[in-house]
Amino acid sequence: MSAPILVIDGLSAVSQRDGTPILRRVSLTLHRGETRGLVGESGAGKSTIGKAILHILPSAVRVTAGQILFEDRDLLTMPSAPLRRLIGERIALIPQDPMTALNPGRRIEAQLTDGLRLIRGASARTARARALSLLEEVHIREPERVLRAYPHELSGGMRQRVLIAAAFALEPALIIADEPTTALDVTVQKQILRLLRNMQNAHGTAVLFVTHDLGVVAQVCDSVTLLFGGKVIEEGPVAQVLEAPRHAYARALLDACPRSDHPELGLRPIPAELIARLRREVATP
Amino acid sequence: MAAITLTGVGVAIFVLLRVVPGDPIAMMISPGASPADIAALRAHYGLDAGIGQQFVVWARDLLRGDFGVSISLHRSVLELLAERLPATLELAGAAFVVALLLGVSVSVVAVLASDSKVAPLIDTVNGLFLAVPDFIWALLLVLTFGVFAPVLPLSGRIDPSLDTHFTTPFYLLESLLTLRVALFSDICKHMIMPTLALALPLAAVLTRVLKESLREAMVQDYVLLARLKGKSRLRLVLQEALRNAIAPALALTGVQFTFLIGGTVIVERIFSYPGIGNLAIDAVINRDLPLIQGLTLAFGALFILVNIAVDLLVVAANPRLRHG
Amino acid sequence: MVEGALTQRTDVSATRRRWDWIGVCVADPKVAVGGGFILCLCLVALAAPLIAPHDPLEQDIMLGLTPPPGFAGAEPGHWLGTDDLGRDVLSRVLYGSRVALTVAFAASALAAVIGSTLGLAAGWRRGWVDAAISRLVEIWMAFPPVLLSILLVAVVGPGVGSVIAAIAIIDWTRFCRVVRAETMNQASADYVTAARAVGFAPGRILMREIFPNVAPVLIALISLEMGIAVIVEAILSFVGLSVSSDTPTWGGMIAEGRQALHEGWWILAAPLTLLLLTVLAFNLLGEGLRRALDPVMRR
Repeated sequence: MSAPILVIDGLSAVSQRDGTPILRRVSLTLHRGETRGLVGESGAGKSTIGKAILHILPSAVRVTAGQILFEDRDLLTMPSAPLRRLIGERIALIPQDPMTALNPGRRIEAQLTDGLRLIRGASARTARARALSLLEEVHIREPERVLRAYPHELSGGMRQRVLIAAAFALEPALIIADEPTTALDVTVQKQILRLLRNMQNAHGTAVLFVTHDLGVVAQVCDSVTLLFGGKVIEEGPVAQVLEAPRHAYARALLDACPRSDHPELGLRPIPAELIARLRREVATP
Repeated sequence: MAAITLTGVGVAIFVLLRVVPGDPIAMMISPGASPADIAALRAHYGLDAGIGQQFVVWARDLLRGDFGVSISLHRSVLELLAERLPATLELAGAAFVVALLLGVSVSVVAVLASDSKVAPLIDTVNGLFLAVPDFIWALLLVLTFGVFAPVLPLSGRIDPSLDTHFTTPFYLLESLLTLRVALFSDICKHMIMPTLALALPLAAVLTRVLKESLREAMVQDYVLLARLKGKSRLRLVLQEALRNAIAPALALTGVQFTFLIGGTVIVERIFSYPGIGNLAIDAVINRDLPLIQGLTLAFGALFILVNIAVDLLVVAANPRLRHG
Repeated sequence: MVEGALTQRTDVSATRRRWDWIGVCVADPKVAVGGGFILCLCLVALAAPLIAPHDPLEQDIMLGLTPPPGFAGAEPGHWLGTDDLGRDVLSRVLYGSRVALTVAFAASALAAVIGSTLGLAAGWRRGWVDAAISRLVEIWMAFPPVLLSILLVAVVGPGVGSVIAAIAIIDWTRFCRVVRAETMNQASADYVTAARAVGFAPGRILMREIFPNVAPVLIALISLEMGIAVIVEAILSFVGLSVSSDTPTWGGMIAEGRQALHEGWWILAAPLTLLLLTVLAFNLLGEGLRRALDPVMRR
């Protein structure tokens, strides 16, 4: 692993409305080419981290402390114009729902080439050639036809492939994947995850993979950060965290997952007293 | 469906005009006419037959393209329609285009400024515009640009002192296409006030609907992705949100546009604009049965045309419908 | 809706809850301003003979076309100037409000009665009654209202009565559509089902259960309709189809003002301003009522 590409240090955020903490001094380091799973149940703050990096936090959330160093520049204090440029060029987002993430009124070509033309100033012809090769890279058949198509003419899996292609269009250093497969059915999910993994290896891109699904983490991630109530409670290489979790919550979470290697274990719910204890734990500074 | 409605309206007007009291012949005879003269006139216009027979004659002639002869103007109804309908078409078309441009630009500004103090101001002004109908707009414009700042002509379609040789009845289009600049600008000057009077209420309706659907579109994921690519807010609205927001807004405005056609009647009257609306008022006051019937059908046809045009626009703005 | 199911007993508390929207409405600023203006206008219309400085029909050719005070050639005592026949514009405008308000109240009430009766019938009976009424509404709305009203008045003959009838005959569709939808809405509500189960007669359910709940929407709609009626009356007077020319109307004055535009702009400006304010006031009142009543409806 090489130099860190993203360093989050002591990031805290509160709800603007009632001041409840959403992130509590979160720190994490991501290296070039690494895929980090960001795992937690809803409300654990995993999506907030992704949004904070991209500067798209809803107005109800306010960052109160910390740093987000991306390629050694603090995204939280950068002036807006260079920040927008940096994010547009170096960081990409793969959103959750491929059904709403493509503009229903524009052809795929326009949406794939927007970034190339806007940021790289590419000509229509070069942008189109690049879009074609990207579509081939994500294994879309008849890329010529798909370029001319509107989103409603494509299946959910196809759309997510297009969105992955769009994310890699500018060769970003970091991709934030916000539960990119939860809206897809299971077979398509597997294909998309494999595709993402291959693309990421080929391009050497770092990926922050936001998910609630430890099975997905096992499949695509190198390392994992486990969040509860806005606080990091366990962190480490996937093999270590999944095989020998140190934290009780991590163990419980693992037990709650269906396991293909030990089907006899079945599903066990996370004990309520554990959740209650954790709540008290994260609340004390 | 449209044809059935049109037939229904035609039949209803036909019956209504004949059942109610009032004699069109009585209005056109000179005081000294003998009963024989009156009977002759009645026979001349076919008014001596029973309602059923009159209807059969009317429908038969209509299918042959004969709309009858105007009682008050002594001219072929078809000829009058061919002369006056283009003027109304140009006026209504111009009003629709102006309303669309106004509505879209105000909505875009409102969405761009949605965080500032300008937004509630736009809402308030738009609410005011929604409440004021074309009749009042027309008169307010007359007072403003006809009296207090007399810069625009108050009546007619064109200055009669100008060279008015036209080969088609579409003066605005023809003068534009043949590049007669002086004529074109004169016609435009004559059309500004009636066009605005018709367009402003429609623009207000369009703005109310479009503003909301634009705001809805702006929070979609695809707008977020485009924003991350560094698109400016203006580009986000114009390139990403507008094309998805405009289709529902247009569909809802389509109904309103039929009201605009109705509005041409009174607005043409106020500006003495030589369209079918102005003609219709005279026809009604003079009880000119053949002319009223012809105009009714013309209005009905105009409605249907407008609805088809709006449907086509909605389809053009929505790729999902285009391929379905 | 559990709460709603209790109102079938029409006990005191339920009745009070059912009618306390009146208080909610008066507290709304839009209702206060719009309603206040309309109230003042009503008083002016009623007291016109007492407060008008001149007889609105009194001609004085010597004093024709004098402008309002502050302009050259103004005549004292004529606060809004005089028209080409020397009649006092202020007095004519004040008297004109009588016709405008008479038409507004009578026409919208009539339209409301016709429309909501048919709407209640369609929404309650459904089936072929609904199909027939709905189709009728569709055909009705396919025709330009202004032209239709001119046609109707021309056919029946001018006069306040025909203007009122024409407006009601054209605009009942507005009430019919809304009341039909609202009735269908209410008819499927739990408390109506409960009332039916208890065995109340349909007429009783309609009048006691459904109508009071449709009433707030109806009231807002009537206010908006009054604004429309004032405009249509002005248009018909403008065209010369309303009352005879010796009764002052805003529309008639507007027509005279349009003719004498360059000699005396105030003849047009005075009735137009009052017409504009009245229309805005009715709209404000209607919008305010709609907004104030909405949460009550959805409670």
